[in-house]
Amino acid sequence: MLDTIFFYVFALLTIGGAIATITRRSAMHSALSLIVSLLGVAGLYLLQKAEFLFAVQIVLYIGGIMVLFLFVIMLVNLDQAAKERQFNRQWLLGLVASVLVGAQMVWMLNSAGVLSLPAAVPAPAATGPGNIEALADLLFREYLLPFEVASLLLLVAIVGSVMMAKKTS
Amino acid sequence: MLHPITSNHYLVLSAAMLIIGTLGVLTRRNIVIVLMSIELILNAVNINLVTMSHHWQNLHGQVFAIFVITVAVAEAAIGLGILIALFRNKETVQADEIDLLKW
Repeated sequence: MLDTIFFYVFALLTIGGAIATITRRSAMHSALSLIVSLLGVAGLYLLQKAEFLFAVQIVLYIGGIMVLFLFVIMLVNLDQAAKERQFNRQWLLGLVASVLVGAQMVWMLNSAGVLSLPAAVPAPAATGPGNIEALADLLFREYLLPFEVASLLLLVAIVGSVMMAKKTS
Repeated sequence: MLHPITSNHYLVLSAAMLIIGTLGVLTRRNIVIVLMSIELILNAVNINLVTMSHHWQNLHGQVFAIFVITVAVAEAAIGLGILIALFRNKETVQADEIDLLKW
Protein backbone atom coordinates (compact mmCIF):
# COMPACT_ATOMS: atom_id res chain seq x y z
CA MET A 1 0.00 0.00 0.00
CA LEU A 2 2.66 2.48 1.05
CA ASP A 3 4.79 1.26 -1.87
CA THR A 4 1.97 2.11 -4.26
CA ILE A 5 1.66 5.65 -2.94
CA PHE A 6 5.41 6.20 -3.07
CA PHE A 7 5.56 4.84 -6.61
CA TYR A 8 2.93 7.27 -7.83
CA VAL A 9 4.56 10.21 -6.04
CA PHE A 10 7.96 9.44 -7.57
CA ALA A 11 6.44 8.71 -10.98
CA LEU A 12 4.67 12.07 -10.87
CA LEU A 13 7.94 13.82 -9.97
CA THR A 14 9.75 11.99 -12.78
CA ILE A 15 7.24 12.57 -15.56
CA GLY A 16 6.25 16.08 -14.44
CA GLY A 17 9.89 17.13 -14.19
CA ALA A 18 10.64 15.59 -17.59
CA ILE A 19 7.76 17.42 -19.27
CA ALA A 20 8.75 20.70 -17.65
CA THR A 21 12.36 20.14 -18.78
CA ILE A 22 11.47 20.05 -22.45
CA THR A 23 8.83 22.80 -22.37
CA ARG A 24 10.34 25.61 -20.27
CA ARG A 25 11.58 28.69 -22.07
CA SER A 26 14.52 29.44 -19.80
CA ALA A 27 17.34 26.89 -19.72
CA MET A 28 17.79 27.51 -16.00
CA HIS A 29 14.18 26.48 -15.30
CA SER A 30 14.71 23.42 -17.49
CA ALA A 31 17.77 22.42 -15.47
CA LEU A 32 15.90 22.80 -12.17
CA SER A 33 13.00 20.70 -13.53
CA LEU A 34 15.50 18.07 -14.63
CA ILE A 35 16.84 17.95 -11.07
CA VAL A 36 13.30 17.25 -9.82
CA SER A 37 12.94 14.52 -12.43
CA LEU A 38 16.26 12.92 -11.47
CA LEU A 39 15.22 13.00 -7.80
CA GLY A 40 12.08 11.08 -8.77
CA VAL A 41 14.21 8.50 -10.58
CA ALA A 42 16.41 8.20 -7.48
CA GLY A 43 13.28 7.46 -5.44
CA LEU A 44 12.27 4.77 -7.93
CA TYR A 45 15.71 3.16 -7.50
CA LEU A 46 15.20 3.14 -3.75
CA LEU A 47 11.78 1.49 -4.15
CA GLN A 48 13.48 -1.26 -6.15
CA LYS A 49 16.12 -1.90 -3.49
CA ALA A 50 18.97 -0.45 -5.55
CA GLU A 51 20.47 1.57 -2.72
CA PHE A 52 23.85 2.08 -4.33
CA LEU A 53 22.36 3.45 -7.52
CA PHE A 54 20.13 5.72 -5.42
CA ALA A 55 23.21 7.25 -3.81
CA VAL A 56 25.05 7.44 -7.14
CA GLN A 57 22.05 9.11 -8.76
CA ILE A 58 21.96 11.86 -6.15
CA VAL A 59 25.71 12.39 -5.69
CA LEU A 60 26.75 12.01 -9.32
CA TYR A 61 23.77 13.13 -11.36
CA ILE A 62 22.33 15.89 -9.21
CA GLY A 63 25.57 16.85 -7.50
CA GLY A 64 27.86 16.46 -10.49
CA ILE A 65 26.26 16.59 -13.89
CA MET A 66 23.54 19.06 -13.05
CA VAL A 67 25.99 21.46 -11.40
CA LEU A 68 28.08 21.21 -14.57
CA PHE A 69 24.97 22.08 -16.59
CA LEU A 70 24.19 25.03 -14.32
CA PHE A 71 27.75 26.32 -14.65
CA VAL A 72 27.57 26.16 -18.43
CA ILE A 73 24.16 27.85 -18.48
CA MET A 74 25.62 30.71 -16.45
CA LEU A 75 28.81 30.78 -18.55
CA VAL A 76 27.03 30.88 -21.90
CA ASN A 77 24.76 33.84 -22.46
CA LEU A 78 21.28 32.37 -22.96
CA ASP A 79 19.23 35.55 -22.50
CA GLN A 80 18.94 36.06 -26.25
CA ALA A 81 18.01 32.40 -26.81
CA ALA A 82 15.18 32.61 -24.27
CA LYS A 83 13.53 35.39 -26.26
CA GLU A 84 13.59 33.55 -29.58
CA ARG A 85 11.46 30.76 -31.00
CA GLN A 86 11.85 27.69 -28.73
CA PHE A 87 10.93 24.87 -31.10
CA ASN A 88 12.43 24.23 -34.50
CA ARG A 89 10.47 24.17 -37.73
CA GLN A 90 10.11 20.38 -37.77
CA TRP A 91 8.49 20.26 -34.33
CA LEU A 92 5.20 18.83 -35.65
CA LEU A 93 7.03 16.06 -37.51
CA GLY A 94 9.07 15.34 -34.38
CA LEU A 95 5.92 15.20 -32.24
CA VAL A 96 4.16 12.82 -34.63
CA ALA A 97 7.26 10.63 -34.95
CA SER A 98 7.82 10.28 -31.22
CA VAL A 99 4.14 9.64 -30.48
CA LEU A 100 4.17 6.97 -33.19
CA VAL A 101 7.29 5.36 -31.73
CA GLY A 102 5.71 5.48 -28.27
CA ALA A 103 2.51 3.81 -29.49
CA GLN A 104 4.57 1.22 -31.32
CA MET A 105 6.61 0.56 -28.20
CA VAL A 106 3.53 -0.01 -26.03
CA TRP A 107 1.97 -2.19 -28.73
CA MET A 108 5.15 -4.25 -29.03
CA LEU A 109 5.53 -4.62 -25.27
CA ASN A 110 1.93 -5.79 -25.17
CA SER A 111 2.04 -8.23 -28.07
CA ALA A 112 5.45 -9.67 -27.18
CA GLY A 113 4.04 -10.46 -23.75
CA VAL A 114 6.52 -8.26 -21.92
CA LEU A 115 3.68 -6.49 -20.13
CA SER A 116 2.59 -9.84 -18.71
CA LEU A 117 5.95 -10.88 -17.32
CA PRO A 118 6.22 -14.04 -15.29
CA ALA A 119 5.96 -13.38 -11.59
CA ALA A 120 8.92 -11.60 -10.06
CA VAL A 121 11.56 -13.70 -8.36
CA PRO A 122 10.98 -13.22 -4.65
CA ALA A 123 13.69 -11.36 -2.82
CA PRO A 124 15.91 -13.60 -0.70
CA ALA A 125 15.84 -13.19 3.04
CA ALA A 126 18.00 -10.30 4.16
CA THR A 127 20.82 -12.42 5.54
CA GLY A 128 23.25 -12.25 2.62
CA PRO A 129 25.48 -9.34 1.73
CA GLY A 130 23.78 -5.99 1.19
CA ASN A 131 23.23 -4.31 -2.14
CA ILE A 132 26.50 -2.36 -2.14
CA GLU A 133 28.61 -5.33 -1.08
CA ALA A 134 27.06 -7.65 -3.67
CA LEU A 135 27.46 -5.01 -6.36
CA ALA A 136 31.11 -4.44 -5.45
CA ASP A 137 31.76 -8.19 -5.62
CA LEU A 138 30.31 -8.35 -9.09
CA LEU A 139 31.96 -5.14 -10.30
CA PHE A 140 35.48 -5.96 -9.12
CA ARG A 141 35.45 -9.64 -10.09
CA GLU A 142 33.39 -10.34 -13.19
CA TYR A 143 33.38 -6.79 -14.57
CA LEU A 144 36.94 -5.79 -13.69
CA LEU A 145 38.06 -5.19 -17.27
CA PRO A 146 35.00 -3.09 -18.26
CA PHE A 147 35.48 -1.16 -15.02
CA GLU A 148 39.05 -0.27 -15.97
CA VAL A 149 37.98 0.61 -19.51
CA ALA A 150 35.34 2.93 -18.01
CA SER A 151 38.04 4.73 -16.02
CA LEU A 152 40.04 5.14 -19.22
CA LEU A 153 36.92 6.55 -20.90
CA LEU A 154 36.56 9.10 -18.10
CA LEU A 155 40.21 10.13 -18.47
CA VAL A 156 39.75 10.63 -22.21
CA ALA A 157 36.56 12.62 -21.53
CA ILE A 158 38.37 14.92 -19.07
CA VAL A 159 41.24 15.60 -21.48
CA GLY A 160 38.82 16.02 -24.39
CA SER A 161 36.54 18.49 -22.64
CA VAL A 162 39.51 20.57 -21.46
CA MET A 163 40.82 20.61 -25.02
CA MET A 164 37.40 21.66 -26.33
CA ALA A 165 36.80 24.44 -23.83
CA LYS A 166 40.37 25.77 -23.88
CA LYS A 167 40.91 29.16 -25.46
CA THR A 168 42.90 28.76 -28.64
CA SER A 169 45.38 31.54 -29.31
CA MET B 1 -8.50 0.48 -4.62
CA LEU B 2 -5.05 1.01 -6.10
CA HIS B 3 -3.40 -1.95 -7.79
CA PRO B 4 -0.16 -3.21 -6.30
CA ILE B 5 2.86 -1.98 -8.23
CA THR B 6 4.42 -4.50 -10.59
CA SER B 7 7.40 -4.30 -12.93
CA ASN B 8 5.04 -3.35 -15.77
CA HIS B 9 4.36 0.01 -14.13
CA TYR B 10 8.06 0.77 -14.18
CA LEU B 11 8.39 -0.36 -17.81
CA VAL B 12 5.56 1.91 -18.95
CA LEU B 13 6.98 4.80 -16.91
CA SER B 14 10.40 4.37 -18.49
CA ALA B 15 8.85 4.17 -21.98
CA ALA B 16 7.02 7.45 -21.30
CA MET B 17 10.22 9.08 -20.09
CA LEU B 18 12.10 7.86 -23.18
CA ILE B 19 9.45 9.35 -25.45
CA ILE B 20 9.56 12.69 -23.62
CA GLY B 21 13.34 12.75 -23.96
CA THR B 22 13.16 11.90 -27.68
CA LEU B 23 10.61 14.67 -28.16
CA GLY B 24 12.98 17.12 -26.50
CA VAL B 25 15.89 16.08 -28.73
CA LEU B 26 13.78 16.31 -31.89
CA THR B 27 11.96 19.58 -31.27
CA ARG B 28 13.99 21.94 -29.07
CA ARG B 29 16.33 24.51 -30.58
CA ASN B 30 18.41 25.29 -27.51
CA ILE B 31 21.41 22.93 -27.45
CA VAL B 32 21.65 22.95 -23.64
CA ILE B 33 18.09 21.63 -23.42
CA VAL B 34 18.81 19.04 -26.11
CA LEU B 35 21.70 17.77 -23.96
CA MET B 36 19.36 17.62 -20.94
CA SER B 37 16.87 15.60 -23.00
CA ILE B 38 19.64 13.10 -23.73
CA GLU B 39 20.11 12.77 -19.97
CA LEU B 40 16.37 12.00 -19.71
CA ILE B 41 16.70 9.23 -22.30
CA LEU B 42 19.66 7.66 -20.49
CA ASN B 43 17.72 7.79 -17.22
CA ALA B 44 14.78 6.01 -18.83
CA VAL B 45 17.17 3.24 -19.89
CA ASN B 46 18.52 3.03 -16.36
CA ILE B 47 15.01 2.67 -14.89
CA ASN B 48 14.47 -0.24 -17.25
CA LEU B 49 17.75 -1.92 -16.27
CA VAL B 50 17.09 -1.55 -12.55
CA THR B 51 13.51 -2.79 -12.94
CA MET B 52 14.64 -5.95 -14.70
CA SER B 53 17.44 -6.39 -12.20
CA HIS B 54 14.87 -6.23 -9.40
CA HIS B 55 12.41 -8.45 -11.25
CA TRP B 56 14.85 -11.32 -11.76
CA GLN B 57 16.87 -10.66 -8.59
CA ASN B 58 19.98 -10.45 -10.75
CA LEU B 59 22.53 -7.73 -10.04
CA HIS B 60 24.08 -7.63 -13.51
CA GLY B 61 21.47 -5.07 -14.58
CA GLN B 62 22.57 -2.67 -11.85
CA VAL B 63 26.22 -3.05 -12.87
CA PHE B 64 25.20 -2.19 -16.41
CA ALA B 65 23.32 0.86 -15.11
CA ILE B 66 26.55 2.03 -13.47
CA PHE B 67 28.31 1.82 -16.85
CA VAL B 68 25.46 3.74 -18.48
CA ILE B 69 25.88 6.48 -15.86
CA THR B 70 29.63 6.57 -16.56
CA VAL B 71 29.02 7.05 -20.28
CA ALA B 72 26.39 9.72 -19.51
CA VAL B 73 28.93 11.65 -17.44
CA ALA B 74 31.53 11.49 -20.21
CA GLU B 75 28.93 12.52 -22.78
CA ALA B 76 27.75 15.50 -20.72
CA ALA B 77 31.30 16.72 -20.11
CA ILE B 78 32.29 16.47 -23.78
CA GLY B 79 28.97 17.89 -24.99
CA LEU B 80 29.21 20.93 -22.76
CA GLY B 81 32.86 21.43 -23.77
CA ILE B 82 31.82 21.41 -27.43
CA LEU B 83 28.98 23.81 -26.60
CA ILE B 84 31.39 26.31 -25.02
CA ALA B 85 33.76 26.09 -28.01
CA LEU B 86 30.78 26.53 -30.34
CA PHE B 87 29.45 29.55 -28.46
CA ARG B 88 32.89 31.15 -28.57
CA ASN B 89 33.04 30.78 -32.36
CA LYS B 90 29.44 31.27 -33.51
CA GLU B 91 27.78 33.25 -30.67
CA THR B 92 24.68 31.07 -30.85
CA VAL B 93 23.23 28.12 -28.95
CA GLN B 94 20.40 27.39 -31.36
CA ALA B 95 20.78 24.01 -33.00
CA ASP B 96 19.22 25.00 -36.33
CA GLU B 97 21.53 27.97 -36.80
CA ILE B 98 24.54 25.68 -37.02
CA ASP B 99 23.92 24.54 -40.57
CA LEU B 100 27.35 24.59 -42.16
CA LEU B 101 26.98 20.99 -43.35
CA LYS B 102 23.48 21.48 -44.70
CA TRP B 103 22.89 21.06 -48.41
